[in-house]
Amino acid sequence: MKGVRFWGTRGSLPVALTAAGLGHKLREVLRAARGQPLDSDADIEALLQRLPFALAGTYGGHSSCVQIDTGGADFLVCDMGSGLRPLGQAAMAQRGGKPQTFHVFMSHLHWDHIMGLPFFVPAFIPGNRVVIYGSHRELESALRRQQQPPSFPVDFDTIFEGRVEFVHLEPGVPSSVAGVEVTTMLQRHTGDSYGYRFESQGKVLVYSTDSEHPLADPAHTERFVGFFRDADLVIFDAMYSLADAISVKADWGHSSNVVGVELCQLAGARRLCLYHHEPVFDDAAIEAMLAETRRLEEITRGAQPLQVSAAYDGLEIAL
Amino acid sequence: MHIATQQFADTTVVSPTGRIDHRSAADLEAALLPLAAEAAERKGALVLDFSGVDYISSVGLRVLMIAARQMRAAQGSISVAALSSVVAEIFSISRFDKVLVVQSTLDDALAQASDAALAAYRAAGRPPPA
Repeated sequence: MKGVRFWGTRGSLPVALTAAGLGHKLREVLRAARGQPLDSDADIEALLQRLPFALAGTYGGHSSCVQIDTGGADFLVCDMGSGLRPLGQAAMAQRGGKPQTFHVFMSHLHWDHIMGLPFFVPAFIPGNRVVIYGSHRELESALRRQQQPPSFPVDFDTIFEGRVEFVHLEPGVPSSVAGVEVTTMLQRHTGDSYGYRFESQGKVLVYSTDSEHPLADPAHTERFVGFFRDADLVIFDAMYSLADAISVKADWGHSSNVVGVELCQLAGARRLCLYHHEPVFDDAAIEAMLAETRRLEEITRGAQPLQVSAAYDGLEIAL
Repeated sequence: MHIATQQFADTTVVSPTGRIDHRSAADLEAALLPLAAEAAERKGALVLDFSGVDYISSVGLRVLMIAARQMRAAQGSISVAALSSVVAEIFSISRFDKVLVVQSTLDDALAQASDAALAAYRAAGRPPPA
């Protein structure tokens, strides 16, 4: 595995930067530009590089979708949120007339994780294959159901013409897919979700979203520490603050940045990526959470530092 | 982790020391929750003196959340006092500073609990802050 690219990072439902939000950013950027040299494109680029990402960029609003770059021709993808649509457009652009195969690993079947499939253009192209893997028995029926009337205008078989296949993954039993060993583990989420551990060429990637962690259960913690063990990157559901996750939003099926840091530290993971961002958070709120999480890691650091990132649509992380 | 307990009038002061982590949080839970139940029963106050706590993990914070629920359900009061800089940051990052009343000093926490508690504390030879 060479790395990952995030196509959708938002939890629960897609969001978009609003006119008011963009206007706020522009005003702040123009204030920051006062008195700065802006004569050349290089000056402008230098100014933008100095600005916080929450001003000069945006974390984005597509729902869950992550591409794993194996270095091979096949595509490996986690979840089919709305981020699957731009992934499909990018895949089409690099197709060059050759058939493509997509291996898609589903954490679970809630709408924000499946809504991209009906808009995934590569699945409309004869010769392509989309193989969808998951540990839910309802995997195929859930994806067919979202394209039944009156929810969608074109049904599953008409649009995909047999190009979409399904493979059940037994939790805890490693499978080999496109040269990558894949293991799933049951997570706590309404209707169940599954985390994925991908291992290839000495690299370990963990995808663990929509996963609540009951803090009173040491066996649960041990199970996750084992699943995260020595990971090069853990993509982690950090939707809420710890206080919210165990009080007003207890049993909502999500986790916090604090638990992400603790589990990664216990597991000896090297990098944590905050993921499945709360849709009500604006860019400044996500950036503040990232800064706080880095600070938490710093003041609680053990023998090994843990690098902390916050996922955004378009972020690439090398493994 | 060591946990000391003192009573000042209607207020119970619980003073853990050391790290409250995944291993020791169960000890805190075993000690604190019965004390919270007692304090709640008599509608008293509970003050957690954290001056000797070096670190608290999510599991430890969960114990505080349970104690706070117990106290509030009985209209009792609960506060945490004298956080070290590291623990204060953990409270802020986890948003537990929005869940629990955090006081700078034990004096402040006892004063907020009741006049009788502060008076008993002072009578026990604990000096007011300079």
